[in-house]
Amino acid sequence: MSSEVRFITKNFGKYNPDSIDSYISIGGFSALKKAVKMDGEDIASVIAAAKVKGRGGAAYDMGRKWSQARAVKGEHKLVICNADEGETCTFKDRELIKNDPFNLIEGMIIGAYTVQARDGYIYMREEYRHLRPRLLSAIKQAEEKGFLGDNILGVKGFNFRLHLYSGAGAYVCGEGTALIRSIEGKAGRPRMKPPFIKVSGAFALPTCINNVESFSIVPHLLLDDSNVYTNCGNGESIGTKLVSVGGNVRKPGVYEVPFGTTVREIIFGLAEGIPGGRRLRLVQFGGASGKVSDERILDTPYTYDDLKAAGVDVGTGSLLVIDDRTSVIDFLRYTQAFFSHESCGQCTPCREGNLHMKLLLDKLAAGEAHPCDIEKMKKIANIMTLTSLCGLGEAAQNALLSAMKIFPEVFAVGGAH
Amino acid sequence: MQTEAKQAFSISDELANQIDQVLAAHDHDATQIVGILLEVQDLIPQQYVPEAVAFYIAEKLPIKVSIIYDCLTFYSSLSDKPRAKYPVEICRSVVCRVNDSDSLLDTLKKILNIEVGEVTYDGRFMIEEVPCFGACDVAPAIRINGKVYGHLDTPEKVRSVLSSLM
Ligand SMILES: Cc1cc2nc3c(=O)[nH]c(=O)nc-3n(C[C@H](O)[C@H](O)[C@H](O)COP(=O)(O)O)c2cc1C
Ligand code: SF4
Repeated sequence: MSSEVRFITKNFGKYNPDSIDSYISIGGFSALKKAVKMDGEDIASVIAAAKVKGRGGAAYDMGRKWSQARAVKGEHKLVICNADEGETCTFKDRELIKNDPFNLIEGMIIGAYTVQARDGYIYMREEYRHLRPRLLSAIKQAEEKGFLGDNILGVKGFNFRLHLYSGAGAYVCGEGTALIRSIEGKAGRPRMKPPFIKVSGAFALPTCINNVESFSIVPHLLLDDSNVYTNCGNGESIGTKLVSVGGNVRKPGVYEVPFGTTVREIIFGLAEGIPGGRRLRLVQFGGASGKVSDERILDTPYTYDDLKAAGVDVGTGSLLVIDDRTSVIDFLRYTQAFFSHESCGQCTPCREGNLHMKLLLDKLAAGEAHPCDIEKMKKIANIMTLTSLCGLGEAAQNALLSAMKIFPEVFAVGGAH
Repeated sequence: MQTEAKQAFSISDELANQIDQVLAAHDHDATQIVGILLEVQDLIPQQYVPEAVAFYIAEKLPIKVSIIYDCLTFYSSLSDKPRAKYPVEICRSVVCRVNDSDSLLDTLKKILNIEVGEVTYDGRFMIEEVPCFGACDVAPAIRINGKVYGHLDTPEKVRSVLSSLM
């Protein structure tokens, strides 16, 4: 079975991403034209029926999110595209913006129509600043053609404008409430929920946030009369997914695979395996906040349920492949360093927990750890997961806790304390 | 030396003019302060936002200078301290590290004769360690003023990138 499909990425290379005319010539904006003849609730239903889950990491039911956002009352609502893509080894949103910016914009306009939003924001990480001119020009061209502005496509009262905001090197700003503060012109420190973003988001307005890939699916899905998307995958995992494969593989890159492709096909087929005849040490799924496994995962089908049963998650859709030159502990220390650097420092469990975790990992690496240190790690990890204010502190120890299950020998230190 | 540079910084008419243009392009919208600071930082040869500039923006926008400093110190792409003409950002994420970014870092240190966080004597280069900037498909990678240079697995390649900037 050959594993790549082109659905979300079907426009890649088919048009000039700097020209709206070129996009229109391949059928661009026909999904929007179809959408404005539909009831918003029906658009949400199409997405719900295809069981699309948010592609930013949390896998929240997207049809449901849009339907809820639509139901929130408010004169002025917002949609936000989360293009902060800060997880390590994740670069699929970069490819979507680079190769198909107009499809993303079309997806956002359809989103605005569905949830009845008046303004939209794309929050893109500073690291992708080279893509800013392309997006800015795409927005401008869409305004000139009347796809953005007032009474879009002649639909009375369908007014929508799009704004491009830049992050500035803070991973935590991918978290919804932090992102919103950043858009408001503040430092991006997360806040407590409630109030929930859908009710009180940016500028205290009802807000619907989705990932780049999530928005990008929508135009294709609305036009998918022959059910190409829904014929892929099964159960809760319908359709295709962009995976970013990196680390020790011959052909790192972004691949679109149907759900159900095995992990082996992704790593050894599409990414062509590990170079230099070396052995696989571990795979981390879904970015720095993701869990790890070893070669036991290779024959698992890449679906939400199968991965979960095997102890990992789809997350952002990244697969970081690490060969036997890197030890499990070094991997954990590098990952840990990322969270120490990115913790906003606002709440104690995450700020202090990360610090202590670093010290304990260093001790383990130096061969000086006692069994009680391993217990301490578990305890701190659990406290962080249970009591951190935001998802960063909650997920920071996913790699460690999963590694403890997969590689118990690494943590089997001898000696009484 | 750094404090000297800070005190010595004064805003030329040309720079003031350029900053005014950035503010105008952002409609003097204080919610866009992060984007404004990023663009202004690009205008300063040492890639940072000097105190005088922070106060200038605070007055012109207007916005409280404390908010500007909250942003300058919170966001790692912004700096309130002088950097260099070419800050060399090396990715230290696990993806680049398993592709031997340790050797790349050593090579950079040797060629430039500086440690991480230091600036070369002529103010041109400095080395900064940063987390993943999404160039994992071309690891190991560096980024200089927004441009990514990947596959830097030999000293020759590193040398040629650096000399292309001379
Ligand atoms: C620390 C942290 C960082 C996150 N970074 C991102 C990100 O860079 N991009 C993204 O789309 N979602 C990110 N998320 C998830 C978002 O909070 C949110 O769930 C997502 O953008 C919703 O869109 P989706 O439902 O389409 O996935 C992050 C979450 C946390 C806790
Ligand atoms: S969990 Fe970490 S990143 Fe999140 S608010 Fe607390 S300190 Fe900040």
